[in-house]
Amino acid sequence: MISSNSPTSNSPIYLDHAATTRCDPKVVEAMLPYFTEMFGNAGSRNHQFGWQAEDGIEIAREHAAKLIGAQAKEVIFTSGSTESNNLAIKGAAEIYARAAAGQTGRGHIVTAAHEHKAVLDPIRRLMREGFDATFIQPPADGVITAEMIKAALRPDTILVSIMWANNELGTINEVPQIGRLCHEKEIIFHTDATQWVGKMPTNVEADQIDLLSWSGHKMYGPKGVGGLYVRRRKPRVRLEALQDGGGQERGMRSGTQNVSGIVGFGKACELCFNEMESEGKRLLAMRNRLETELKKRIEVTVVNGHPTKRLPNISNISFGFVEGESLMMGVREIACSSGSACTSASLEPSYVLKSLGIGDDLAHSSLRLSLGRWTTEAEIDSAIVMIETAVNHLRRLSPLYDLHKEGVDLSKIVWQAH
Amino acid sequence: MAYSNKVIEHYENPRNVGAFGTSKEVAARKDIGIGIVGAPECGDVMQLQIKVSEEGIIEDAKFKCFGCGSAIASSSLATEWIKGKTVDEALTIRNTQIVEELSLPPVKIHCSVLAEDSIRSAIEDWKKKSGASPASTSPTPVTQHA
Ligand SMILES: Cc1ncc(COP(=O)(O)O)c(C=O)c1O
Ligand code: FES
Repeated sequence: MISSNSPTSNSPIYLDHAATTRCDPKVVEAMLPYFTEMFGNAGSRNHQFGWQAEDGIEIAREHAAKLIGAQAKEVIFTSGSTESNNLAIKGAAEIYARAAAGQTGRGHIVTAAHEHKAVLDPIRRLMREGFDATFIQPPADGVITAEMIKAALRPDTILVSIMWANNELGTINEVPQIGRLCHEKEIIFHTDATQWVGKMPTNVEADQIDLLSWSGHKMYGPKGVGGLYVRRRKPRVRLEALQDGGGQERGMRSGTQNVSGIVGFGKACELCFNEMESEGKRLLAMRNRLETELKKRIEVTVVNGHPTKRLPNISNISFGFVEGESLMMGVREIACSSGSACTSASLEPSYVLKSLGIGDDLAHSSLRLSLGRWTTEAEIDSAIVMIETAVNHLRRLSPLYDLHKEGVDLSKIVWQAH
Repeated sequence: MAYSNKVIEHYENPRNVGAFGTSKEVAARKDIGIGIVGAPECGDVMQLQIKVSEEGIIEDAKFKCFGCGSAIASSSLATEWIKGKTVDEALTIRNTQIVEELSLPPVKIHCSVLAEDSIRSAIEDWKKKSGASPASTSPTPVTQHA
């Protein structure tokens, strides 16, 4: 038996599960033998060590496929969602390009402005290599609909890449409808489902997805391992590999497989498949209580993103007149994140919040609280009190709160620059 | 990035928080200088009010700040440092001294600049309102870094 990895009593309350999750102890347990006794290379076809490794990988592939309603053959193991997104987007663009490398007018790609950087940046690179792209500006609730996609399509559109659920807001895009639209128009549809898979039921057939990225460390598996679903029929999707070599993973991802990581990823998928439904209900109840209490106790508290079309575990809340980084300092006993400019290396507020048009003031004032498998009622209770105390402390210091109380419209003030 | 103990201490027990009245009340007072500066870098706002005697001594100072913990600590420290000083002395305070005192990391230097600017801006405002002649001696920086 491995030692328990439950949090110690003096460690902060972890409410940053959208950033990463603790590995489930059952995952760690499943992985350990693959570092020692079963250390083989899955490519060694002629001895027991190789066979054991291969068996471990293929069982993991079955679990991964089952979680998303795919066939095992359709799952490629990667190093995580960043790689899966890059392989899906660049790999598909290369194959479905309408003109050869070096030319312009190679094809049009549709995505949205509030996607993860691991989608936006591969597409920006493709734009430097002769492709065009449309970055749909999301509406105030953050939800991308099939109608919005339809309006952005062009005769030369070759790829649509829309995330299933947003990592900062938890908002859920209209994926099945977008999938159906893309299939009608014979356009390849990729979804970055990093925040979705493992938390919400997924069926790539019913949801008409061609390419789907997900990652182990967001669902209680290890870091540095993830999956890419690549549809094999209706249509058979082809990808140009980004990495050449030994031809592993159907030639789409060469390199000796990370056997222990893949085994852990498979175990994490199996656990999520079994626990998703009850876990989702539990987290939703706690998340809703968190939001209701905070809104009740603290005036000018705004939940960002669509009120209901959201994952059960993510809450993005702005507390007016209070800057996010100082708020995080006030709640040092809570590990969470903020869309505030002060927290970012670039000193820019979150581009995701900005893209929703929610205004710089509220973007500066936002906290993202994301719950997970081991979040308890008691932790939520403490978090509510700690946040309330810190917001009150900071409002006493806030010149903006004074102006608000004096009835000044903050959006009309022009601050003197220095 | 971990915060220094001094930043945490100022954050938890900020000195001289407040104002000498509503914005209308203080605007009319000749003995009070108001500096409101914003950091264009990250949208933060610092407000400093100083109460100055006829001899040009800063008798009291109050601040409010919408910004990160380092900005709050910088402005809290600034009020401590300027109280009891003449306006000319206060003008010699440099952000680099604040950076040093609070052990601010490079990404937080602009937060200390905000504090220095708020001092400057509050004193200018007081001078304008009180009709005091501009500082007889131009401020000499105590420490001068890049
Ligand atoms: C929506 C989304 N896409 C991609 C990624 C990157 O995933 P990974 O860390 O597995 O590369 C993340 C996580 O940061 C994410 O939330
Ligand atoms: S005030 Fe924004 S980083 Fe300090």
